Amino acid sequence: METIINITVVDREGTEHKLEAPTDMNMNMMELCKSYELPVAGTCGGMAMCASCQIYVLTNHVPLIRSEDEQAMLDEAWHVEDNSRLGCQIQLTKKLDGLKVELAPYVEEESDDDW
Amino acid sequence: MIETDIIIIGAGPVGLFTVFEAGLLKLRCHLIDGLPQPGGQCAEIYPKKPIYDIPGIPEILAGDLVDDLMKQIAPFKPGFTLGDPAIEIQETENNHYIVTTKSGIKHKARNIAIAGGLGVFVPRKPPVPDLKKYEGKGVEYMIKDPEIYRGKNIVISGGGDSALDWAHFLADGVANQVTLIHRSQSFRAHPDSVQKAMNMASEGKLKLLLDAEVKAINGNDHLSEIKIKSKTEGEITVTADNWLPLFGLTPKLGPIANWGLKIEKNAIQVDNATDYSTNREGIYAIGDVNTYPGKLKLILCGFHEATIMVQSAFKRIYPDKKNVLKYTTVNGVNGFD
Repeated sequence: METIINITVVDREGTEHKLEAPTDMNMNMMELCKSYELPVAGTCGGMAMCASCQIYVLTNHVPLIRSEDEQAMLDEAWHVEDNSRLGCQIQLTKKLDGLKVELAPYVEEESDDDW
Repeated sequence: MIETDIIIIGAGPVGLFTVFEAGLLKLRCHLIDGLPQPGGQCAEIYPKKPIYDIPGIPEILAGDLVDDLMKQIAPFKPGFTLGDPAIEIQETENNHYIVTTKSGIKHKARNIAIAGGLGVFVPRKPPVPDLKKYEGKGVEYMIKDPEIYRGKNIVISGGGDSALDWAHFLADGVANQVTLIHRSQSFRAHPDSVQKAMNMASEGKLKLLLDAEVKAINGNDHLSEIKIKSKTEGEITVTADNWLPLFGLTPKLGPIANWGLKIEKNAIQVDNATDYSTNREGIYAIGDVNTYPGKLKLILCGFHEATIMVQSAFKRIYPDKKNVLKYTTVNGVNGFD
């Protein structure tokens, strides 16, 4: 189907997942990862307010231009690199066919048990 | 001991609406939440974001929805234990539950509704080596008593309102020196707040280190110095009595995981065919905190779950009492005296 594109996600153990992604469902990268049950929290639901869907873009498909909100969130996130983006801010379009990304480390889960 | 009919753990939108539906059945509720204000995620994470899928309300800001829910439940006079998360659930001999908060407040009821959303909000902690070692020994994530910073050298990290507000406050005659570190040149905080920080920096009251971040913390028994990596100035070492990393809060399932409930993927399994009951009789889970086949984490689904759940709670309290569904349009809302 022409509305399906192929995207590769490298998880935190280095395993590559080949995902078929629909471009006609108004989905973003965070939602795609969640739909394949990859370990992406997406805590804030996609509002660029938590950075739990941070990914590193490994191919040249996505412009590394971040929205203002996304930049502000990444300014307070950890393990941020030049190729960091928030998955929730990357809409799935045909142009992304062949995109490869890697999940950024998830620090929150290690951080504590002291409520 | 606070006694009520339903203890609601979590004062987000679903927990709040539970008070209304319980109130229509003449059941009293008491809400417990770790956050200092009601509203859960709506109040803490996105109060200024619009919500478009509340039936009959084309658009409402999350914060306004919370305000309206508070108005809606006011006639039923709910009790609140806020800023104090529920930690422990004990069952008594006569089929009651006692919920104890972190500070030790005890609440007793026949029924518990867990409307805990994504869990308890905890501070986001930066991945700096030895952070745990200095927690409570110079590293603090929340400011409870600003007086303890009087005359001290304080380093604050973060770019949001909390970081800037405390930088202003402590730099204005409380601390000996305040250094605010932020990884960027721009801030997430309100522009007025940023301008105030800039003004204080030019007056020499506040030291601003932008495009910089804390890389290491050192000391003997107590924090004494902080190593910072700056894009422009390279490695800098700052003497500090306290480091306040103020990067906001993140939710964690936390103590909910220890209550003997069946947990699946960070959510509580419930019986959606009947009443959203958990595997422990009298304990229900509603809203984002529960899971069942086909679950959708939506406020409107949580409202539905709350409405069904209170009917079951009523039957547990009054097994012999007749109950009929009454329409508010016919009967109005008859609150408690």
